[in-house]
Amino acid sequence: MTALCLVELDGGAPADASLRALTLARSLDGEVGAVVFGDAAPEEALADCGVSDAYVIERSAVEGYAPAAWARVLAGLIADTGATAVLAAGTDRGQEVLAHLGAITGLPMAANCVQIVPDGPGMHRVVRQRWAGLLLEDAILEAPAALVTVAADAVAGVSAALPPGGATRGPASIRVHLHKPELADADLRVRAAESPAAAGGMSLATARVVVGGGRGVGGPGGFAALEELADLLGGVVGVSRVVTSEGWRPHSQQVGQTGTKITPEVYLACGISGAIQHIAGCAGARHLIAINTDSGAPILARADYAVIGDLHQVVPALVAALRARREPDAGAAGSV
Amino acid sequence: MDILVCVKRVPTVGGKIAVTPDGQEVDTRMSGFTISPHEECAVEEAVQITERLGGTVSVLTLGPEAAIDQLRDALALGAGRAVLLETDGREFGPAATAAAIAAEVRSHGYDLVLLGNEASDTGDYQVGIRLAHALGWPVATGIKNLTTSADGAVARREYRGTEESYELPLPAVITVKEGINLPRYPSLPGRLRAKRAPVERSAPAWQPEGLRKQALRVPAVAGHQAVILGRGVDAVPELLRVLGELGVL
Amino acid sequence: MTSPGDAPARASAVVIGAGIVGNSLVHHLALLGWRDLVLVDKGPMPNPGGSTGHASNFIFPIEYSKMMFELTRDSTEQYRELGVFTQSGGIEVARTQARMHELRRRCSQAKAWGIPAELLSPGEVGKLVPYLDESVIGGGAHFPTVGVVDSLRAGTLMREQAQRSGTLAVLAGTEVHGISVAAGRVRAVATSAGEIETDNAVICCGVWSPRIARMAGARLALTPVVHQMISVGPITLFADTPGEISYPIVRDVDTNMYERQHGGDMEVGSYAHRPIIVPPDEIPSIEQSAASPTELPFTADDFDPQLAQALELMPDLLGDERAGIRYAINGLISMTPDGHPVLGELPEVRGLWSAAASWIKEGPGCGRAVAELMSGRVPTVDVHEADAARFYPHQRTVAHVRARACEGFNKMYGIVHPAEQWESERPVRVSPVQERERELGAVFFETAGWERPHWYASNSAVCDRYAGRLMERPAEWDSRWWSPIINAEHLAMRDACALVDLSAFAVLEISGPAALQAVQTLSVAQLNVAAGRVVYTSWLDDDGGFRADLTVMRLGEDRFRVVTGGATGMSDAAWVSGHLPPGAFLADLTSAWTTIGLWGPRARDVLASVTADDVSHDGFGFGTCREIEVGGVVVLASRISYVGELGWELHVPIEQGLRVWDTVWAAGRPQGLIPAGIGVYGTTGRLEKGYRAFGFELTQEYTLPEAGMTRPKVKEQPFIGKEAYLRQRAEPPCAVLCTLTVDSHASADGTLRYMLGGEPVLSPGGERLTDAKGRPSYVTSVGSAPSLGKHLLMAYLPAGHAVEGSTLAVEYLGDRYPVTVAVAGSRPLFDPSNERVRS
Repeated sequence: MTALCLVELDGGAPADASLRALTLARSLDGEVGAVVFGDAAPEEALADCGVSDAYVIERSAVEGYAPAAWARVLAGLIADTGATAVLAAGTDRGQEVLAHLGAITGLPMAANCVQIVPDGPGMHRVVRQRWAGLLLEDAILEAPAALVTVAADAVAGVSAALPPGGATRGPASIRVHLHKPELADADLRVRAAESPAAAGGMSLATARVVVGGGRGVGGPGGFAALEELADLLGGVVGVSRVVTSEGWRPHSQQVGQTGTKITPEVYLACGISGAIQHIAGCAGARHLIAINTDSGAPILARADYAVIGDLHQVVPALVAALRARREPDAGAAGSV
Repeated sequence: MDILVCVKRVPTVGGKIAVTPDGQEVDTRMSGFTISPHEECAVEEAVQITERLGGTVSVLTLGPEAAIDQLRDALALGAGRAVLLETDGREFGPAATAAAIAAEVRSHGYDLVLLGNEASDTGDYQVGIRLAHALGWPVATGIKNLTTSADGAVARREYRGTEESYELPLPAVITVKEGINLPRYPSLPGRLRAKRAPVERSAPAWQPEGLRKQALRVPAVAGHQAVILGRGVDAVPELLRVLGELGVL
Repeated sequence: MTSPGDAPARASAVVIGAGIVGNSLVHHLALLGWRDLVLVDKGPMPNPGGSTGHASNFIFPIEYSKMMFELTRDSTEQYRELGVFTQSGGIEVARTQARMHELRRRCSQAKAWGIPAELLSPGEVGKLVPYLDESVIGGGAHFPTVGVVDSLRAGTLMREQAQRSGTLAVLAGTEVHGISVAAGRVRAVATSAGEIETDNAVICCGVWSPRIARMAGARLALTPVVHQMISVGPITLFADTPGEISYPIVRDVDTNMYERQHGGDMEVGSYAHRPIIVPPDEIPSIEQSAASPTELPFTADDFDPQLAQALELMPDLLGDERAGIRYAINGLISMTPDGHPVLGELPEVRGLWSAAASWIKEGPGCGRAVAELMSGRVPTVDVHEADAARFYPHQRTVAHVRARACEGFNKMYGIVHPAEQWESERPVRVSPVQERERELGAVFFETAGWERPHWYASNSAVCDRYAGRLMERPAEWDSRWWSPIINAEHLAMRDACALVDLSAFAVLEISGPAALQAVQTLSVAQLNVAAGRVVYTSWLDDDGGFRADLTVMRLGEDRFRVVTGGATGMSDAAWVSGHLPPGAFLADLTSAWTTIGLWGPRARDVLASVTADDVSHDGFGFGTCREIEVGGVVVLASRISYVGELGWELHVPIEQGLRVWDTVWAAGRPQGLIPAGIGVYGTTGRLEKGYRAFGFELTQEYTLPEAGMTRPKVKEQPFIGKEAYLRQRAEPPCAVLCTLTVDSHASADGTLRYMLGGEPVLSPGGERLTDAKGRPSYVTSVGSAPSLGKHLLMAYLPAGHAVEGSTLAVEYLGDRYPVTVAVAGSRPLFDPSNERVRS
């Protein structure tokens, strides 16, 4: 076994961030084992991603999320499989479990890698993000097992990385190992009790469309139009740091280095100048469209498309136009 | 309750981040220095806890002598005691950092150690956890809501649309994220108190680690100019067309 | 942001920088009829990131400098018209006795300029500023017309007005890469949006200005300096106040700080910290900046000492633990060696204009002034003290600019005596006889970098001779930077003779076949005179205001030598070179020639004893010049006088100056020769004779008839300002330059006080005097007249008040002193028939 990859599940399927982690795991050119905490592994999906072995940790061993326990399991699997690398997505859980693993095993850990290349026995060359991706670090990771988390916004998901019609293995080829580790009470001391979040709704981190609002929105009252636009586009609202530090919107909506890093198909940034702290959070957007009064705003240097104008005029007009598309009759009556 | 807050001196970056010609450091000729935002919130959280429950807030940093500025910033926000773990300019790795902090925690004794979830410069995401393991304490990370009482803490965070809640006995290590509170600004009297406060110093030993920096670089960004779709509301039809092309309509 | 190709190919002027000054400039250029203007800024609109964007935006009208007062007044009026001015009132508070004295001086100056002002007791200050601790202060000066402006809005409005008129293209996000110069003229400005061909490039770039000037090979005397400011809030008291400001701005001048309400916050600014210079090349780019390029990271250590002082003054308001420091910057501001803006065409390159080092309070006024200069007009406000050409090369060096900016920084709110001398970067220009002067105990004052003896300590022996006639000044302030020795030197000169080092004269030579035409065009006086004549003349501007006042020697058919004051030498040279016809050439010979003055009733005896040439009255008449031999040196002697005595200016090649000095000195000592300083030459000697001085009496605002300098005939040949001068002659003068004597020097507390200049002249009842054109009467020059035993004042009085023998009043430091109009016009009080000069 070359690489173990902690695969988080999202509705039973591999989470998008974990697919990205698998991309790097596969780049090591060896067998990849997926470690899944839950009752069953999404075998077909994992096989599609080039996974050879799935280690399924049953609920009877670890009920729910207990970071130290998960790390202890991974430590055991390193010993069992002789893996020379352990990867996880650069999510809260991924970072946390691998950090525990590093502490338990005394191994170094490299967070938010975008590249990992073997460089002789016990050595890897890695490229990792610093400053939330604003800088890259070329580093050497010297360890019998390289502990690596994968930058969610800088690595493509594994399916996309495979050649068309390429070397996927059929579901039959995946070996499933049901694993029931022995765990000490200390490892289970801290565990998550989960309950639906108060806010609910779609996650900013995984939304396909994000409508961003910045200082240009002008105040807490200006976000209704953005919410409506986000609704019409099937997305969510994200905001810049100034918006949350002014108290206009809750911090949970912040896109940025100290907020959420987003990876939508389209990010529509309205009245956002493009401070570097914000760019760190939205650099993973596939397409960036800016609406800004200032044609010199830094966001334009990052945007694919831009509308020069006041969001307070453009957004309502866009909303009206979208509504008109949905309800042609109503649209005929309204004007843009 | 006696709380230790760990902060880090990091450059204040503007619209662009640059690297020194030798590729070893962030170019700070044009920048000031600050505390990582997560850590500002950690200081605020500690001050709020002691305002409620009584106790002391100590602030610690591992860094060069100039990092005293950041200690004073934290003192001005309400911390009462400052500890500088002075480095010789070399970057301490996460294991060495955790070991140095653990030594201070053992010698002084605290009920709670708060850190930022990750430092904004190195982004290692592991110092708090390594510290907890060194101390044998429980740890929760990425926390955006914290309820503390004399005998324990309930720490919460959001994950994929669900709320995770962790119960921790004290003493414990907790790393927090921006959003847990709205940090206050330093008052003038606070700033003056900070100026007068003594700073305790020690100099932990640097040690090599398995992850070794070779060079820093700025990732290449496609040097493109945005396609201007138009001005004002006149641009809306064109905007609609593009949204359609991108497949989000 | 623009792309290559977006810039127009041609423009009448390219204005670089869209801060308050650049916006104001394009506005005024458009009003003056300019078309095809381009405004470029590397930053975004409306706040491109310069000093305008972080300014505290308040305006105190009070200035000692008349020019700075007028620029501020003009700017305030423009802000008012744009609807962006909010009057808040302002108070300068005093923590010391010296400051109370200074505030009395400021209130008197305010009266001279017509600015409302009053002294307040601590209790009265407390009524206006309830959060101020009255026990900390001794009182305050209230200026009710102080206000705040929205400078970004003002800039936007002015820019948009110009845009709407169709005369202006605005290129935001456009970097200037170079200014190309051909044959000494601006040819084009290269930008990231393309090259723009133009005859005029205007630098309105604030702290970046030296960088842009360098692109054209020019040096601009300006440096960015840090000014620290914090904003503290929320202030409970301000929570319910309407608008931006409801309480007067407080200048806590003894601690070099100000406190200014800004909405719910209190802004506290400081000029107390160590001077922090940031070289223009080290200003971060927009991308590198956390805030803006001119809002640098706050250095808390520098500000910490100020916090305690601010808390002392406003303990409850600023001591509120719930109020936090929400914003703190090291803001960059522009400073120049003399504290004045840099306005007009730079001397190195034609068509390269500067409107730099202007703060918010002067911005629109500076914009107007430079627009007028660019249009060939006489500016509304006399800005000669801000002339971009005023600096000598050494004054434009990085070392000089930085040193003077550092020295000036902490004087921003300081108590600065009108005669106060700079300490840094001295000496630079020294005369060939400086060693002798040091031996004689010279006390040096600096003019244009020259070290000039103001008086000689060794003459204290002379004081004994004139005991009782020295007009000593009992008050320390009046006698600061002054000595009774000056008056002793004066009396000794009048009794025997004096040697005066005049090395600081600027010496310009105009030569070539068109030299006569050149000097005729410049001068009011007839210059088509015989070689060997010396002509005293004024130079006027197109409107008939004074541009210079100097002497010209005709040395030959095609050769004229202009001798003018060191302080104005560079400006005068720029004026000449701007008006040279083809075939006339200008050379600056200042560094080649030294001038030694020899004056007094024994001057001829002394000179005759060292030369074989004929220096008799018949052989060497007044107003002539000629080469003579003095102790083996050929000297150009010129028989004129600014002190009202028989004597000569001896112009000597600089390396031979010491020999001539020594020769004359040795011969003169037995005749009673003493060294005399500029205190005599510039003040006492000239005032007794009623001689006017450029920059004091002779300014752009007054005319030859008003100055009493009309000659019987006007020369036939054309000269600059002739038409205006002819009109002025035809009208009765609106004001008359008068000499006043002080009837009583006793102040309210009985101390004898001697005014120093700038004071308002009032009616006997204490009303301000202004003439029909609205110009206030104030003291333009002042000094002892030891031969008369009087303290003399010069002032323009409204024609109706210019009546000899009538009584008026002068306010000095809050007290009123009775004065008498001794002379209305130019008649000298000493030796009125000029016998001494012509003997």
